[in-house]
Amino acid sequence: MPIDILMPALSPTMEEGTLSKWVKKEGDTVKSGDVIAEIETDKATMEVEAVDEGVIGKLLVEAGTENVKVNTKIAILLAEGESADAIGSSAPAAEAPKAEAPAAEEAKPASASVPAQPKVEVAADPDIPAGTEMVSTTVREALRDAMAEEMRRDGDVFVMGEEVAEYQGAYKITQGLLQEFGAKRVVDTPITEHGFAGIGVGAAMSGLKPIVEFMTFNFAMQAIDQIINSAAKTLYMSGGQMGAPIVFRGPNGAAARVGAQHSQDFSSWYSQIPGLKVVMPYTAADAKGLLKAAIRDPNPVVFLENEILYGQHFDVPKLDDFVLPIGKARIHRKGKDATIVSFGIGMTYAVKAVAELEKEGIDVELIDLRTIRPMDLPTVIESVKKTGRLVTVEEGYPQNSVGTEIATRVMQQAFDYLDAPVLTIAGKDVPMPYAANLEKLALPTVGEVVQAVKTVCYK
Amino acid sequence: MAQTKSASASGRKPAAKSASKTASKEFTGKNTPEFGKEDDLHAYREMLLIRRFEEKAGQLYGMGFIGGFCHLYIGQEAVVVGMQMAQQEGDQVITAYRDHGHMLACGMSPRGVMAELTGRRGGLSKGKGGSMHMFSKEKHFYGGHGIVGAQVSLGTGLAFANAYRNNDSVSVAYFGDGAANQGQVYESFNMAALWKLPIIYIVENNRYAMGTSTARATAQSNYSMRGVGFGIPGIQVDGMDVRAVKAAADEALAHCRSGKGPIILEMLTYRYRGHSMSDPAKYRSKEEVQKMRSEQDPIEQVRNRLLEKGWASEDELKAIDKDIRDIVTDSADFAQNDPEPDASELYTDILL
Repeated sequence: MPIDILMPALSPTMEEGTLSKWVKKEGDTVKSGDVIAEIETDKATMEVEAVDEGVIGKLLVEAGTENVKVNTKIAILLAEGESADAIGSSAPAAEAPKAEAPAAEEAKPASASVPAQPKVEVAADPDIPAGTEMVSTTVREALRDAMAEEMRRDGDVFVMGEEVAEYQGAYKITQGLLQEFGAKRVVDTPITEHGFAGIGVGAAMSGLKPIVEFMTFNFAMQAIDQIINSAAKTLYMSGGQMGAPIVFRGPNGAAARVGAQHSQDFSSWYSQIPGLKVVMPYTAADAKGLLKAAIRDPNPVVFLENEILYGQHFDVPKLDDFVLPIGKARIHRKGKDATIVSFGIGMTYAVKAVAELEKEGIDVELIDLRTIRPMDLPTVIESVKKTGRLVTVEEGYPQNSVGTEIATRVMQQAFDYLDAPVLTIAGKDVPMPYAANLEKLALPTVGEVVQAVKTVCYK
Repeated sequence: MAQTKSASASGRKPAAKSASKTASKEFTGKNTPEFGKEDDLHAYREMLLIRRFEEKAGQLYGMGFIGGFCHLYIGQEAVVVGMQMAQQEGDQVITAYRDHGHMLACGMSPRGVMAELTGRRGGLSKGKGGSMHMFSKEKHFYGGHGIVGAQVSLGTGLAFANAYRNNDSVSVAYFGDGAANQGQVYESFNMAALWKLPIIYIVENNRYAMGTSTARATAQSNYSMRGVGFGIPGIQVDGMDVRAVKAAADEALAHCRSGKGPIILEMLTYRYRGHSMSDPAKYRSKEEVQKMRSEQDPIEQVRNRLLEKGWASEDELKAIDKDIRDIVTDSADFAQNDPEPDASELYTDILL
């Protein structure tokens, strides 16, 4: 049966082109791979190669014809032994591929054809049995304990990064792990973030559960391609066949007097990426319970710590297996007059501001988001419905911050409950300066938070 | 100790530098191991499947069934087929975006690959990955990656997992001469050598990184020597001769399985088509392409051997050709008629 040769699409965007030249003429024999014509697209002149073997039976479009639409029949190829008489029985021009949506469908409003995003229920925090002993623990110890417990529990869990083993951790988070688990499972890497992040993701794709420590998340920018393009997207790209159960953790955000390149909060960066979970704890209990959850989670988790919080003490319940749900905010303090939402080190400003405001008779509800993605917006909205006022607090840059995201979504979902515009307290819109006075000015202050709450309360 | 060897059975002479003359054993035209009848027939079939599949993919692209980017493997078939013939069950494969040939060689279904190219629900990634992103746990194929060089670190991670599990498997990580200039490749080389990870780094040197020839892109165009600074041995292989590829693969796999760490195989190969479907390939002459096609075509080499040795008649080869065409036609029919993914798939497979 004769084979139709169609005007090919020669680029992702080509819809029509000029058939500038026929290289073969009627009666010529062609083999697959032979150039049969030249076509000019909007971008370049391209050669068209034959796919099938045969004899050119008829050229249907003259050389030099412009605006030939893609999929127009341009020639007919006869198989061995067929005569030109067979052309009459040739099938009509191929229909346009069914995959292409008709124009009318494209014009429909997006809401009509896009399925709704499924809602995911996240479990509440586990109940802590009455009488459970609370142990004062630093965030540093809590993180170490979480890793050690999970490594005891699962031989596939290992930790890798710079100075994690022999040096005992640049910030001593991995202290003692080498002694307990050995060099196979506590792996010192060279200074090579891009490389070891990729190795971690590859190991995770094969089923191991790496904890990749970045000495700080500033250095993870060298590796961000592997975190986003490889770790976060593989599950989707593979149609659910293969994911990356991996934790990327380390200190994030400003420490003290370390200058612009070592002082950046990446929470809003990572929180934009579907396929990632982003956790940013404040207390030691949350650090422990959420890191254990992150290690068990089958998805890639970016776990953002803070150097200044490492040495702070908090009560941690003494339980055999204390695991908290990722994606659930914690109401740090109940109140009725205004809501503050914060997370990570932002909570230190918020906690102090709440205490000051209490003295002035303003009763603030303080929510610790704990997880930035998936974000527990329902808890925030429930609180706003009660207080009608909202202030967000974080250290990161102000544009496209976590706070502006919360403000947008609260405006969209709880507009009628708001009695004042949402205010967002963030770091200033500058690279972090070194000078002590300027650094202070670049970060949020307790005073700014207090003032913002008074403003939304019209006081 | 870093050593560079050469393996060449036909036309294209590996660019052996003086430093590479210390090789303990050379694969040259003289001692390239012959294939027996079964191996030659197998290689012929496998390479022909890739060739015909890719031609069909190019055709479907022209018809608008395949969108976006589509990078064809035509010309390079001997590389994956020779490697796969030497590998054992459990060895992992990972590559970049010129990946259809690798998937077919790994035994992934032509229907599944083609339907992924057309973005249909029966595609290997349910239509959500596309030409550049397919995976198969069952066949130990780990993608299908679109960021040049990223698969080298990921492949090294697969090798890390093999070493962690002490399981005798080898990771085979493919990348092009273009990717060979990416920094993370050398970060990976360093750690793989440091930790003696079982990985074969395969540089598919097809002479052009998109439109930039190796001469314009690299100060050291002998890619088998790229591991010298890390003590990783390298072998330069005639990648148009499936026998030379298989022989080098046997040696490299034995090296990795014996615990000696990584090894580099530079495959001297050639892509006949443009970088992607929209590349007119103006950066090289037609004569250059034609010369490779007529003198070194990997499939023709095997075909001629089969005929010369009387291992197959013209009719028998025609029967194989027809068989392959039927498989490819079936995959194309499936890929054109399979429905697109259900809209509900938009929000699945983002998190587990």
